[in-house]
Amino acid sequence: MVDIPEHLLIKTAEARAKALGISVEQALAEMKGEAEPTTISKEPEVIDVKPIEVKEAPAPAAAVKADIPAEVDFAPETRVTQRLLTVVKAKPIQKPTSEPVDKVNTWPHLMLPEFISLMAMTAFLIFISAILQAPLLEEANPNITPNPAKAPWYFLGLQELLSYWDPQIAGVMIPLIIGVAAFMAIPYIDRNKDNKPSKRKYAIMLWTFFLAGAGTLSLIGILFRGPGWNWTYPWIDGVWFDDLLDWVHFE
Amino acid sequence: MKNEKIKFRDRVKDISAGLGDSLKESSLWGSIFRPGSPFRKGYSDSPRNRSYVVMNNVLYHLHPVKVKRHAVRLSYTLCLGGLSFFTFIVLTITGIWLMFYFRPTEMAYVDIQSLQTSIAFGSLVRNMHRWAAHIMVIVVFLHMSRVFYHGAYKAPREFNWVIGVILLLLTLLLSFTGYLLPWDQLAIWAVTVGGNMASYTPVIGAQVKFALFAGLEATEATLLRFYVLHVLFLPFIIVIFMAIHFWRVRKDGGISGPL
Ligand code: HEM
Repeated sequence: MVDIPEHLLIKTAEARAKALGISVEQALAEMKGEAEPTTISKEPEVIDVKPIEVKEAPAPAAAVKADIPAEVDFAPETRVTQRLLTVVKAKPIQKPTSEPVDKVNTWPHLMLPEFISLMAMTAFLIFISAILQAPLLEEANPNITPNPAKAPWYFLGLQELLSYWDPQIAGVMIPLIIGVAAFMAIPYIDRNKDNKPSKRKYAIMLWTFFLAGAGTLSLIGILFRGPGWNWTYPWIDGVWFDDLLDWVHFE
Repeated sequence: MKNEKIKFRDRVKDISAGLGDSLKESSLWGSIFRPGSPFRKGYSDSPRNRSYVVMNNVLYHLHPVKVKRHAVRLSYTLCLGGLSFFTFIVLTITGIWLMFYFRPTEMAYVDIQSLQTSIAFGSLVRNMHRWAAHIMVIVVFLHMSRVFYHGAYKAPREFNWVIGVILLLLTLLLSFTGYLLPWDQLAIWAVTVGGNMASYTPVIGAQVKFALFAGLEATEATLLRFYVLHVLFLPFIIVIFMAIHFWRVRKDGGISGPL
């Protein structure tokens, strides 16, 4: 049973006391079952009792009907017919439809790992910055073209790829723009809703091919291209890669 | 003798603890750290306070109060998105520091030289800025691959992938414009190679290169142009796109998965 809050009890007791013409304390005691319930004298309580008797000892329907006076009014206006039976606790009106998800507090479960990886990254960065000197060649001179002239490393795969065709004919920007647009379109092309690796073997294979291809082209551009963009072997001819100047010119 | 030493240490401990307490009780302290902060007096570890730690802090509340259990396993995101963001922060801090010593004029090369030789920590900070830039390109790319392998670009996250591609382009552009600034042979020729590629654009190739270089070839005007792009324009744009990116991660229901 739900415990009925005190203020509700008192409110009900007051209403009952007013209706029956008794004191509030009396009404309260009655409701708590500490005193005999007051009944209204001018109306005999015929009606209340009978249906209960029927429930306890179910008689044939005909008999019941015969017992009840035909013109009985079950809820005459003069009678008190309401009383507090129980208090129903408030429930949300809307039912949540989404599945409950297993969640944990962001602090500390996410923020601590984040903080640790942030510290590890900082330590790593300071460490390599202390031992690896960033390159600084001679001052810029538009009249002296280095051979080979290489783009920054992340473009070397592209530079290698573009060296296979004549830029005047095949163009550069058009393939690039199409390439970027294709990347952006990936989620709209791949309509497979599954994210299980076993259900998207094709997509995973494609991306792995892309990684392998881009990696190979970049490595060729970085390590195997020398003067005139000709093929060179790093272990025979050396390396032309000034991004890591200090580490490349080891001889 | 030994005993006295211990006593002394205990007293120091007591005094500092007392100082800490009265500091924490001061209204100044209380005004800085909002309710729920672990730095406040009487912080206790409860689910309610754990929520407050995130909710009541302007920086932390980029995060939701709760996240899916599988999402906090380091092996899911490998923290790569977070590290992309963090390297960007490091680059901003070291970059602003470098700006104190760098003029995008004919003095650029000299400024970098003196940064390396005569300014305290100049060499270290320059190295940090440069290697962090390389690391950011790598980490953003790895983040993209992680997202692909998890199929994390699928509905409802399609558009966040598109924003991601824009972020990748902006990252590359930031790195590329920074590449020219030391104004040495490496810088000017790498950028010239890039610019020549742009000039192969059909029909408007020459104009594209002219707009990029502020002239027919890499000159000091190019240096100034790249400098403004590098320290102002591109960071401004990338921050806006990052804000949209993070916002979308939350609006799309947090991290994808589990697989
Ligand atoms: C400056 C670059 C970037 C930053 C700072 C960044 C940051 C983040 C962060 C912090 C997250 C939260 C989850 C995680 O750490 O993996 C995230 C998720 C995501 N990112 Fe990025 N990102 C960047 C670039 C990219 C790129 C290049 C792509 C793809 C082309 C991308 C696509 C996504 C997608 C689809 C999600 C949702 C992943 C999921 O729900 O599992 N982002 N990003």
